[in-house]
Amino acid sequence: MKAAAFNYARAASVDEAVQMLVRGGGGAKLLAGGQSLLPALNLRLMSLDLLVDITGIAALRGIRVEGGTLKIGAMTRHADLLTSPEIAAHAPLLAKAIAHVAHPAIRNRGTIGGNLAHADPASELPACMLALGATLVIQGPSGQRRVQAADFFLGLYQTALAPDEILIAIELPALASGERAFFHEYARRMGDYAIVGLAAQGKPAGDRIDALRLVYFGVGERAGSCPAAARILQQRHSPAILAEAQAALAADLQPQNDHQASAAMRLHLARTLLARCVNELLGRAEASA
Amino acid sequence: MTDAPTTRPGLSELDRPNSYIGRAVPRPNLKRLMQGRGQYVSDMSLPRMAHVVFLRSPYAHARILGIDSAEAAAMPGVIAIVTGPELAKVCTPWVGVLSHLKGLKSAPQYPIAVDRACWQGEAVAAIVATSRAAAEDAAERVMVDYEELEPVADMRTALDAATPVIHPELGDNLAFERNLDAGAVDAAFAEADHVVEAEFVFGRHTGVTLEPRSILADWNPGDERLTVYQGTQAPHMMQNIFAKHLALDESQVRVVCKDVGGSFGIKVHVYADDMATAALSKLLRRPVKFVADRLESFNTDIHARDHRCKGRAAVKADGTITAFEIDDLTGIGPYSVYPRTSAIEANQVVNLVGGPYTTPNYRARARVVFQNKNVTCQYRAVGHPIACSVTEGLVDLAAAAIGMDPADIRRRNLIADDAYPCASPSGLRFEALSHHAALDKLLAMMDYSALRAEQAALRAKGIHRGIGLASFIEVTNPSPAFYGVGGARISSQDGVAVRMDATGAIICQTSITEQGQGSEALTAQIVASMLGVPMSRVRVTLGDTDNTPYGGGTWASRGAGIGGEAALQAGKQLRRNILAAAASILQADPDTLDIRDGKIIDAATGAERVPLEELARIVYYRPDTLPPGFQAEMMAVRHFVPRDFPFAFTNGIQASWLEVDTETGFITLLNHWVVEDCGTIINPQLVDEQIRGGVVQGLGAALFEHCRYDERGQLTNATMADYLVPMAAEMPDIDVGHIVSPTKDGELGAKGAGEAGTAGAAACVANAVNDALSPFGARITEIPLTPELILTALGRI
Ligand SMILES: Cc1cc2nc3c(=O)[nH]c(=O)nc-3n(C[C@H](O)[C@H](O)[C@H](O)COP(=O)(O)OP(=O)(O)OC[C@H]3O[C@@H](n4cnc5c(N)ncnc54)[C@H](O)[C@@H]3O)c2cc1C
Repeated sequence: MKAAAFNYARAASVDEAVQMLVRGGGGAKLLAGGQSLLPALNLRLMSLDLLVDITGIAALRGIRVEGGTLKIGAMTRHADLLTSPEIAAHAPLLAKAIAHVAHPAIRNRGTIGGNLAHADPASELPACMLALGATLVIQGPSGQRRVQAADFFLGLYQTALAPDEILIAIELPALASGERAFFHEYARRMGDYAIVGLAAQGKPAGDRIDALRLVYFGVGERAGSCPAAARILQQRHSPAILAEAQAALAADLQPQNDHQASAAMRLHLARTLLARCVNELLGRAEASA
Repeated sequence: MTDAPTTRPGLSELDRPNSYIGRAVPRPNLKRLMQGRGQYVSDMSLPRMAHVVFLRSPYAHARILGIDSAEAAAMPGVIAIVTGPELAKVCTPWVGVLSHLKGLKSAPQYPIAVDRACWQGEAVAAIVATSRAAAEDAAERVMVDYEELEPVADMRTALDAATPVIHPELGDNLAFERNLDAGAVDAAFAEADHVVEAEFVFGRHTGVTLEPRSILADWNPGDERLTVYQGTQAPHMMQNIFAKHLALDESQVRVVCKDVGGSFGIKVHVYADDMATAALSKLLRRPVKFVADRLESFNTDIHARDHRCKGRAAVKADGTITAFEIDDLTGIGPYSVYPRTSAIEANQVVNLVGGPYTTPNYRARARVVFQNKNVTCQYRAVGHPIACSVTEGLVDLAAAAIGMDPADIRRRNLIADDAYPCASPSGLRFEALSHHAALDKLLAMMDYSALRAEQAALRAKGIHRGIGLASFIEVTNPSPAFYGVGGARISSQDGVAVRMDATGAIICQTSITEQGQGSEALTAQIVASMLGVPMSRVRVTLGDTDNTPYGGGTWASRGAGIGGEAALQAGKQLRRNILAAAASILQADPDTLDIRDGKIIDAATGAERVPLEELARIVYYRPDTLPPGFQAEMMAVRHFVPRDFPFAFTNGIQASWLEVDTETGFITLLNHWVVEDCGTIINPQLVDEQIRGGVVQGLGAALFEHCRYDERGQLTNATMADYLVPMAAEMPDIDVGHIVSPTKDGELGAKGAGEAGTAGAAACVANAVNDALSPFGARITEIPLTPELILTALGRI
């Protein structure tokens, strides 16, 4: 398990990194935390001509709050998100989620930008981006552009990024008053990619939940929003409404079979998660089995 | 038999200086290893060293029509590309059979496949280059023309007439069959009040050592010697095998084994890759190194288990279990592994089922079949987890059938603590076990009745927790009955040499090996205790066929019991020799002298007579001052092998307390208890570590670890992301208690402790899960117990 030989260059700025990507054509790739890229190279699942190291670009790191917006540099590490008071205060969903991402050693290197660019369907973070309505800031040869999370994740390891573009920052609307976050996942071992997880945010109002965003991960080829189930849950809570919403997940989600779990099990767990989510957001005691 | 003391009132022999036996002293090698200064083969480098990478068959079964290595051979750094037929000229094939396993058959296996690959991962060519990376680059350019053959993937159909025979010359795919019929089984079933039965399924799993298999072979044409640096459990066995298959004298082979990053039985077998590496070194006349990467570890390290075992038990209304019957089937891959064979695990299952109990009637059949998957062989607690899960699963079923508590039915049937010596229906001889004392201690440790009450209260609230028990016996300290009688050149005796040098330093060489168990520590503890010197004065050398006595190594829970006894006897003899020299110098009767804390003292008064440094100075530099005719012997060597019993059985019992989330099928392990009896405890901390580590591996099998093959014989989860090893977050607290019944086969009294944890862990978890699920009428007899299995059993998916 040794990577095939490649060239290595360290970029001092985003502009320089973009130029390197342009020159490298399709054969160049960015190195962020290396936690997904390097295993793939070592396993020879991929090979490349040029590795562009962006770990030295200080401008890509850091977390700021500007007005009602949380701005996260793409090279901000998972470990920084985990301990950030800004994230805890303004994006509690992300704070909850990040604790489930891998293990400390990996969180010390892995970055949010690398994670989102990698677009693993079982990852916690793309789902959070959808649930939080994130905007992704991208820089390429023709300047910057901004893409909504809903338009960014296209499929299995597929994003809206072109080969010569860099994800430079993530912008999240800060938690509004009355909004609550729910996050839970089922994984065989702590730190594993989830079999099924749910990132959700909404405004509980009495026994209804308004503006609910339900996003599952680990189910299907990319993080999956569930608009049908969310619409149903805008009605007053009752066991029948919950059951209806749980049934609607069958249309919202396309669970896959793999050796982690069958499609049937994924759908079952997704429904269980929905009940736990509704109960938690409405502040109700968890229904017993 | 005594309950292991937790506190000792007053003074005891332990309070003497230099009494290290029974004490939790730190391992001497800890600092080195914790500072990252261990010497693993993976780290070693020699001048002109080349690296070998094996190109492996992507098919489970395929004919090799041709290999085109022209392009690869021209790549930078490539030294040689060698195929099976070429290497077969340097290294002869082997057949993994033993004569005492009657009827066991296997086919010749070559270091590299000659014309046919029989499992996905079998090497078909060796690429030798100046670096591993260069060899991997070249491996991508070697073109192999395969004709895919029909694989034998499912052990259940391996013996069907329609299934291809993997080795046609063997006639069928049956490697081995054993039948046993003891007592009056049919009558017992006919007279039973209840008959319970189930089919128990055990997934394939493997050892997953932190350091993969690694070997560096150095053929030196100058002195015509092969030096092999290898992470192995049995250096002398490997010395013999390298010599035999490379046409060398044993004296031409030296095997050196420094630090080893875990073994668990994985590193006690002969691997084609290792033989190929040694053969390549001889062929290319230079050092060649092979370190398995993680992918090839999963594909080529021996796997274990993979059994389907049907079991029945006959029980009377009063709880007496009158008969067990099993029919075990296991798939071992395309070859029986050399030289220990792949029939041992099934053979052990037959030996061990029902072992803790008085049940007199027992019938068993075991069939071992070939298939086109990676080979299986001995891994920690060989056969025990299967025998234990089947037995304990049936005992719980029997208890449920008659409405008896699981603890009570065990008390009813366990062999009485005063019934020894005795034998099992399968012919196992027990010297002294302590099942009842262990059961009582376990129930007290876990507060069994309070736990049952808690379980009932929680169940009323919809929280489903379970309690599972599993009694077990464990084979340790094997005599030649294991391998030697079958013709294998695997020594069951061990030797220890101890000498005192000119400064009074104690140098000790032992033939047992260290892969983390603490062999080095326990040897130093015993030798220091016997001599009466501080442990820091003792240096232990292990793992070098040129520089240690001849012996078996470390496997089958034998290091402490056999190597420890040899150390004890060698230490005692050197002590006698030292006292004889001291007596001669001091003009005293040796019986009036003693050694304490590195000094010769007057035994009666404790008065210091002469320090060992001074004694050594005189002995080595001024022997002219000793009385005429006196020759000091400052080195003693002793060997030991158990003679009274073929194996020193240990026993114990484990319990699991866990919660099943019946909505999700997830299991949370809440607590685990073990009470075991390994005889004399040399180092309580090492024993507890062994037990806990063993339990964790057993829990891995119970819940997580699984080599998943598809119907084409492809291993589908050969990475650490997909093969789930147990990790700390999911592990419960593991409380360990001891009963001490020393073996009288030897003075030390120690039996093995390395495998007991693995033997019973999965069995008690399965029993606990079924206990938790009992309100639902669901029962699962398959491991690993995945959430999917549980949800399916509950009818939720
Ligand atoms: C054992 C293990 C367990 C893990 N478990 C989890 C888990 O449970 N959940 C989870 O979410 N993740 C998990 N991960 C993945 C981890 O979160 C990675 O860190 C992350 O997916 C990739 O981030 P990185 O910074 O390491 O990116 P890299 O590996 O450096 O890069 C990943 C990809 O993104 C590209 N890229 C990187 N940065 C940018 C950028 N700014 N713009 C454009 N493209 C970019 C790279 O070129 C590469 O193709 C695990 C990883 C390991 C090794």
